Amino acid sequence: MGWLSTLLNRPWSAICLVVTVTGLSSFAVAHYPRSLTAFLLFQASILLLYFARMAPWLKLSLGVLTLGILMPILGTINGYYLEVATQVGIFVALALGLNIVVGLAGLLDLGYVAFYAVGAYTWAIFGSPQAGEFISDSVARFPLSGGWFFVFLFLGVTVGATAGVLLGLPVLRLRGDYLAIVTLGFGEVIRVLANNLDKPINLTNGPKGITPIVRPPLFFQPVLEALGIPASPTVLYPLYFYGLVLMIVAVVILVNRRLEDSYIGRAWEAIREDEVAAQAMGVPLVRMKLLAFACGASFAGAMGIVFSAKQVFINPESFTFLESIGVLSMVILGGMGSIPGAILGATAVTVLNLQVLKGLSLWLNELRNAGVTILGYNLANLPTQLEPAKYERMIFGIILILMMIYRPQGILPARRRVRELGGG
Amino acid sequence: MDIPFLIAIFPQVLLDGLILGFMYALIALGYTMVYGVLEFINFAHSEIFVIGAFVGVEILLGLRGLGVLDSLPPFLVLVLLLVAGMAASGLLAVTVERVAYRPLRGAPRLIPLISAIGVSFFLQDAIRLVESVWRNAFNLVYPTMDQLNLRFQVTETIDVSVKSLVVIISALLMLWALHLLVNRTKVGKAIRAVAEDQATASLMGINVNRMISLTFLIGGAMGGAAGVLFGVQYSLINPYTGFVPGIKAFTAAVLGGIGNIPGAMMGGLVLGLLEAFAGSYMSLLTGGAFGAEYKDIFAFSILILILIFRPKGLLGEVVRERT
Repeated sequence: MGWLSTLLNRPWSAICLVVTVTGLSSFAVAHYPRSLTAFLLFQASILLLYFARMAPWLKLSLGVLTLGILMPILGTINGYYLEVATQVGIFVALALGLNIVVGLAGLLDLGYVAFYAVGAYTWAIFGSPQAGEFISDSVARFPLSGGWFFVFLFLGVTVGATAGVLLGLPVLRLRGDYLAIVTLGFGEVIRVLANNLDKPINLTNGPKGITPIVRPPLFFQPVLEALGIPASPTVLYPLYFYGLVLMIVAVVILVNRRLEDSYIGRAWEAIREDEVAAQAMGVPLVRMKLLAFACGASFAGAMGIVFSAKQVFINPESFTFLESIGVLSMVILGGMGSIPGAILGATAVTVLNLQVLKGLSLWLNELRNAGVTILGYNLANLPTQLEPAKYERMIFGIILILMMIYRPQGILPARRRVRELGGG
Repeated sequence: MDIPFLIAIFPQVLLDGLILGFMYALIALGYTMVYGVLEFINFAHSEIFVIGAFVGVEILLGLRGLGVLDSLPPFLVLVLLLVAGMAASGLLAVTVERVAYRPLRGAPRLIPLISAIGVSFFLQDAIRLVESVWRNAFNLVYPTMDQLNLRFQVTETIDVSVKSLVVIISALLMLWALHLLVNRTKVGKAIRAVAEDQATASLMGINVNRMISLTFLIGGAMGGAAGVLFGVQYSLINPYTGFVPGIKAFTAAVLGGIGNIPGAMMGGLVLGLLEAFAGSYMSLLTGGAFGAEYKDIFAFSILILILIFRPKGLLGEVVRERT
C-alpha cells in the first residue's frame, strides 16, 4: 500500500484522489442502489479523507460535504443506506462513550448497554401512553408532546450520568476483572428489571415493550412547504434522525477530543497506566473513575433517547449482553483510547452486521430458492437454520480474540501508546 | 399466607436446590481452579460446559438413531455420556488455553479476559453453526430414558425421580474423585504448588505449562460432566444455554472464595439452595408481586454484594494482586 500513502501524503494528489473516489462511488451508489460494493467504496472514501494530508479547514469542509450533503442525497435514493448510516452514527456515539471508560480510564465495563437502556426507557415511558399507567391524568397527560423530546435529550445525559455514578460508587474499589463481572451483572439486572417491571406497577410494560413512542416534531416542514418542496413525514423522518445523530456524534467527538488532552483525560490515562503511581502523583482516583463512568454513561443515555424515538418501539431484547459486547468489540477493533479508532471500529462492525452478514443471508436464501446444484449437492437442501445474519457473536468473538493476540492496540492506535494494554 | 403449604413443599425445594447446587459446584470448580493457577476469569468456561451437554445429546440421539437406546442399560449409557462429555470438554478447554490464553500470558490482566470473552462468543456460534448444518436445529432435547424417569411419590407434595438421585450421586462421586486427585496425589500437589508460586514450582522441577494444561483439562472435564448432568436433568439445551449457569457458577466460585476448591463446592450448594428457595418462596411471600423471574437478579445481586463487601468470599484467603 506504499503508493497509496505516497499519494495521500502529497497535498494536491490527496485532494484529487479523495474527490475522485468520493465522486465515483457516489455516482455508483446512485446508479446501482442495490450494490454493496458501491456503498462500501463510498465509506472507504471517507476513510481516505481521514488519512489524506491536507489543510484542516479543507478536510473539515470536505467531510461536512460528504456526510452532511452527499449522504442524505444518496439516502433518498436508497433509504436503507440512510438507515445504515444512522445506525452507524448511533454506534459511533456508543463506542466513543465506552472508549472513555475502557480505553482512557482502563475500566472494563461489560454492561455498558444498561445506560443506553436507561436512556431509551426514559423517553419511551414518558413519550408514550405508558406513563399514564402510574401517573394520574390530573397531574399530566401522556404521551408528552414531541417538543419535550429535546428536553429529554438533555435529561438523558443527566439520567445516564446519574446511573453511571450510582453504579460506580460501590464498585470502583474493585479490581479490574471483578469490576468487569459486576458491570456485566448490572447490565443483566437492568434488562431483567425492564423485562419484569410490568407488575406490581406497570413501569416498562415487560417483554411486550413500549409503543408508540412520540417522535420529535418536524418543525422545519412548513418552511420546506413554503419553499415549494413537498415532503411527507415518511421521507423526512429518516433524514431528520440522520441529521440529529450526525449532530450528536459531532458534539460527542468534540467533547472527546477536548477531554482527551485535558487534565481529566490525562488523569484517566494515568489511572489506566498505573493506579498506585497515579494516586501518588495526586490524582483523585475515585472522583476520576466516577467521572469516567458518568461521561461514558451520559453519551449512552442521550443516544438511548434518540434510539427510542427513532425506533418508535422498544423492548428489553434490544439491550442484551450481546449489545454490550458488540460495542466493546468496536472499541477494541479500532483501538482502545483512540477516537478515530472507535469511529472506524463502530462503522466496520455495524456495516459487517447490517450489510455483509445480511447480504450473505439474502444470497444464501436466493441460492436455496433457486435450487442450484453445486458439485452434485442441491442447495435447496441447505439447512434453513443456517443463516449468516444470525452469527453476530462469531464475528464479535473472532474480532476480540484476534485483536487481543495479534494487535491489542487496535487498527488505529491512540497516539499516546497504550502501555498497560500491550503497547510495549 | 399458607404456612402449612410452605412447609409441605420444603423437602421438594430442598431437593431441587441440591441438584442445582451440585451442578453449580461442578461448573464452579472450572472457574476456581483456573483462577487459582492463573488469576484469570476463564469466561469461556460456560461454553466448555455446554459442549459437554451437546456431546451427551448427540450420543443419545445417535444411539436412538441406531435403535439400541432402549435395549442398553441406562446406567451404562449415563457412564458413557459422562466419559464422552468430560473428554470433549476437557480437551476443548486445553485447546482454548493453548490457542487463546497461552500467547497472552504475562500481558496485563484485562487482555486475556477480553480474549476469553471472545472465545466464549465464538464457541457459542460455532456450536450453533455445527448444529444448524448437522441437525438443522437450534434447540435440542435429550431423549428420555424410561428407567431414569421413574418417580417415587413420597408424600402428596413431594416426588423424587430416579434421575435427580442419579445426578446428585454422580456429582458427589466426581467431587470426591477431584478431592482425592488434588489432595492425595503427586500431580495434585504439583497443581497446588503452581497455584501457590509458579516460579518456585518450576525451580522444584515442575513443568508449569503442563500443570496449567492439566488444570484446564480437569476443570473442563468437571464442566463437561456438569453439562451432561444438566442435559439429563433439564432436557432442553441450545448453544446459548451456558451463559446463565456459567455466570451463576462464577458467582458460586466467588461466594466460596475464588481459587479455593472446597469453597467452590460450598458456594455452589449455597447458591443453588438460595436460588431454589427464592424461586419458590419469593412469589408466595410477596403475594405474587415478585415472582420466580427475579431469581436471576437474585444471583447477580449476591455476586455484586459479595464482591463489594467480602471479595475474598466465605472461605477465601486473600489473593495477592498481580500488577
